[in-house]
Amino acid sequence: MAQNQEKPRSFQDVILRLQSYWAAQGCAMLQPYDMEVGAGTFHPATTLRSLGLRPWAAAYVQPSRRPTDGRYGENPNRLQHYYQYQVLIKPSPPGLQELYLGSLEAIGIDLRLHDVRFVEDDWESPTLGAWGLGWEVWCDGMEVSQFTYFQQVGGHDCAPVSGELTYGLERLAMYVLGADHVMDMPFNDPNTPIPLSYGDVFRQAEEEYSRYNFDVANTDVLFKQFEEAEAECAAILGNPVDDPKTGKRIVMAQPAYDQCIKASHIFNLLDARGVISPTERQAYIGRVRALAKQCADAFVQTEAGGWAA
Amino acid sequence: MPDLLIELFSEEIPARMQARAADDLRRLMTDGLVEAGLTYAGAAAFSTPRRLTLAVEGLLDECPAVTEERRGPRTDAPEKAIEGFQRSAGVAREDLEIRDDKKGQVYIARITRPGRPAADIVAEVLEQVVRNFPWPKSMRWGAGSLRWVRPLHSVLCILTNSAGEAHVVPLEIDGLRAGDTTEGHRFMGTGRFAVTGYEDYAARLRRDKVMLDPAERARHILQEAENLAFAAGMELVADDGLLAEVAGLVEWPVALMGEIGQEFMELPAEVLQTSMREHQKFFSVRNPKTGRIERFITVANIETADHGATILAGNGKVLAARLSDARFFWLNDLRVARAGMGPWLEQLGSVTFERQLGSQAARIARIRALARDLGPLVGADADQADEAARVAKADLSSEMVYEFPELQGVMGSYYAREAGLPDAVAVACAEHYAPLGPSDAVPVAPVSVAVALADKLDTLTGFWAIDQRPTGSKDPFALRRAALGVIRIVLENGLQLKLDRHVDAQLLRHKIALNARKASEGEIDTLEEILREVAERGVFGAAFRAVIDRIGRGDGAPDTGEGSLLRSIGDLVPDLSTDLLAFLHDRLKVYLRDEGLRHDVIDACLELDGGDDLALIVARARALQEVLTTEDGENLVQGFKRANNILTQAEERDGVEYSYGADVKFAEGPEEKALFAALDAAEGAIAKAVEAEDFTAAMAAMAALRAPIDAFFEAVQVNTDNAVVRRNRLNLLSRIRMICLQAADLSKLEG
Repeated sequence: MAQNQEKPRSFQDVILRLQSYWAAQGCAMLQPYDMEVGAGTFHPATTLRSLGLRPWAAAYVQPSRRPTDGRYGENPNRLQHYYQYQVLIKPSPPGLQELYLGSLEAIGIDLRLHDVRFVEDDWESPTLGAWGLGWEVWCDGMEVSQFTYFQQVGGHDCAPVSGELTYGLERLAMYVLGADHVMDMPFNDPNTPIPLSYGDVFRQAEEEYSRYNFDVANTDVLFKQFEEAEAECAAILGNPVDDPKTGKRIVMAQPAYDQCIKASHIFNLLDARGVISPTERQAYIGRVRALAKQCADAFVQTEAGGWAA
Repeated sequence: MPDLLIELFSEEIPARMQARAADDLRRLMTDGLVEAGLTYAGAAAFSTPRRLTLAVEGLLDECPAVTEERRGPRTDAPEKAIEGFQRSAGVAREDLEIRDDKKGQVYIARITRPGRPAADIVAEVLEQVVRNFPWPKSMRWGAGSLRWVRPLHSVLCILTNSAGEAHVVPLEIDGLRAGDTTEGHRFMGTGRFAVTGYEDYAARLRRDKVMLDPAERARHILQEAENLAFAAGMELVADDGLLAEVAGLVEWPVALMGEIGQEFMELPAEVLQTSMREHQKFFSVRNPKTGRIERFITVANIETADHGATILAGNGKVLAARLSDARFFWLNDLRVARAGMGPWLEQLGSVTFERQLGSQAARIARIRALARDLGPLVGADADQADEAARVAKADLSSEMVYEFPELQGVMGSYYAREAGLPDAVAVACAEHYAPLGPSDAVPVAPVSVAVALADKLDTLTGFWAIDQRPTGSKDPFALRRAALGVIRIVLENGLQLKLDRHVDAQLLRHKIALNARKASEGEIDTLEEILREVAERGVFGAAFRAVIDRIGRGDGAPDTGEGSLLRSIGDLVPDLSTDLLAFLHDRLKVYLRDEGLRHDVIDACLELDGGDDLALIVARARALQEVLTTEDGENLVQGFKRANNILTQAEERDGVEYSYGADVKFAEGPEEKALFAALDAAEGAIAKAVEAEDFTAAMAAMAALRAPIDAFFEAVQVNTDNAVVRRNRLNLLSRIRMICLQAADLSKLEG
């Protein structure tokens, strides 16, 4: 395992080192998905690509939004907008734990000085109809990653099984950089002419979104948008697979899945507004799951999902 | 005699599954070996986060050869039958024995199964065990199809002979070939090494920083933690569940103690403990001088060059972040609480409890009304019960409870105090959820009791009103638990409560709410009036009729005819109420069964006057069960059943009901006259005793009928030719039934 001589000096340095580490392990370096998602798992490169027989190895940063976690930028490590680093390898290689530990060393964590542990945390995404077994990885009591062997996605068994790694980038970087408050963490190199902290980049946005998410977002509009996304998803998938214009077989799993992502985010916003009761919550989650399921059904009918004419 | 050592080495096994898995491995392996004829002297299993280990001592070298005899056809049987027998037994004709049998001479085949070496059997059994291991949850990985709790990396399986030589058991499971190597600690170990037997294995592991025995790890953690706390003049807050869990998270435990920041000392102890235990798996350390939780102990899995300084600093930082989150919630919540919690209560108006049953606020309004009714009956001030119900669920809107749902109620209690509410109200906020499980304590403070009962009865009646009763194993709203809660609160507090009227009233409140949209104003007014009337009369039917009669005469009165809303509610509520009471009775039976009360004895006490008074049912049932253990009681039941059978048959045959008019003047012999006298005496005695709720006396009076009833049946033929005498006797039997029924319905008893 490559031991880095120097500790990273900034948030972006941590990201860059993860990128080069996983690139060196042979992962395709993808870019974030261009929609509001609650977690990196929602990226089609994970959700959809974990289905079917085709081997896959990808890594990417994914900006993620959790409206209920907004703290107006005041909490040392809670944010409504944050970054996840996501790795998905299918089939999961036998030495995935060692590969993962290598990535911690790559960002300057000395495994002989810290207490790294794999603590049971079975992952389940009720909205994606997905689950897997694995752990949250603790470094000195802090959860730095989620490590999951996918067993089912969108109601489909995963065979082969994908190994998924999700790093909470801010938390991990804060720890590596020794920052006590996320907003104080250097975003770029502190020795550059224009040093920027995480707060310089995001504090104001956190404040604005916290207010918006908790108190202002128009719930009537959101409820309506939820219904629209739900209807659109079904409508897209309702089309015949043969495209009359090109004469090709085009399933449109991904456009439909975009609507599923949209519905999921709107649900999160409604949840943050506190207008969904525990009992209703289940119903909404069930509705998003139904969309995810339909999209997964559609994806396995595509070439990337393993469909063969 | 060889020893067997097995280690199944995998990625981290969840802590909560380890003990059970080690035990399963031992049980399944030894059972399988014994079944295959391989006995052993002793076996022990161990677990760490990464391995399950089984050591078996004194195994047989091989399972002994087994010879069995199989009986075949007679020697004069058709040739085909004899050939068939030879084939199935695999024995040549000349090797068959001929033996004399009752039926003549028969062929006997002696079949010998040779012994098998231990290694073959171990391999076979282990493969079966691995493939069918009863993990609570298992998974696949990579491109394989083998299932294990997490990816299985290596199998160590060796037999060690008395000379200390180890032989690997030849075995391969889905590409995993058994060997004689393992590895120690993930970070402190020295790589893979081979072992020759259990002693060597355990010693090598220890050298490579693995404590194999979970009990040893737990002892070690406890001792280190207590020492650390003691050295600082403090005490460890005991937490056995956490100890077992933490022992399953480490192979080499190292306890480290840290301080909780001064700025968090204002947080309630429950918040500190919950946050530390749930999120960090930290033990709490209390300062006996201040009574506060001031330090934490974390258990690391590694020894470091800086003696854990980095690890402790990291853990402290994580804790500070967690607690600063908690503090943020707490301070925000305090502002709302001190201002009277208004916004929280308001917010509950837009939180749906259940789609049909409306918002949490609507639910609270109903609970308040019922708590106000119940308050005085359980010794609480009605206003206080009402106030407690009003704020008991306010904390559901608080930020702390959003973060830690398990602190609901506990936080409510703190916030109610901050709001300046009386102590009884604050206590009720925490206690009204109780009891949550069969072993959870029930509330005893009157205000808590009133709100706890009202809460549970509102839930039950609500789901009954919308026809969402639990079915089979489906009980998504935990209605069985709510019913058990009602039962335990009533019984353990010795409350004499007629539930009927409260159930009726609450059902009616639900019906009013459920029909609020479609009903006219007049109809709602009428229903409200019935609700008030129920409170006065106590019986739904009477209240309903009284109000309907009253409005029936007025002009512009709402429709009360067949098919009208009012009529349908009037019909439905009593049915729902009866059904809910039956559900409570069922739960009561389950509950009392654990207390040793027979279910048929309880059945015999349910459908009598006071069947909605749970304490009365239990008192009656206990007295009945007690009397049934006496000879008189036992025999009385036989006499009663005989009387009942004769009567029922006669009533069926004659098509009439013999229920009245037994007259002593038609009595013939002394036994018959004596029974008249005994019934007269018992009737008064039982009635008086029941009135006084002295069920022991009532049962005794009933049991006293045993001798006269037995004597009567001994001497008298009920179905005589004399029609007058026969009718009189049947009416007499009916009196037995009716008089006993004052005390208990003996016909429900089994046997």
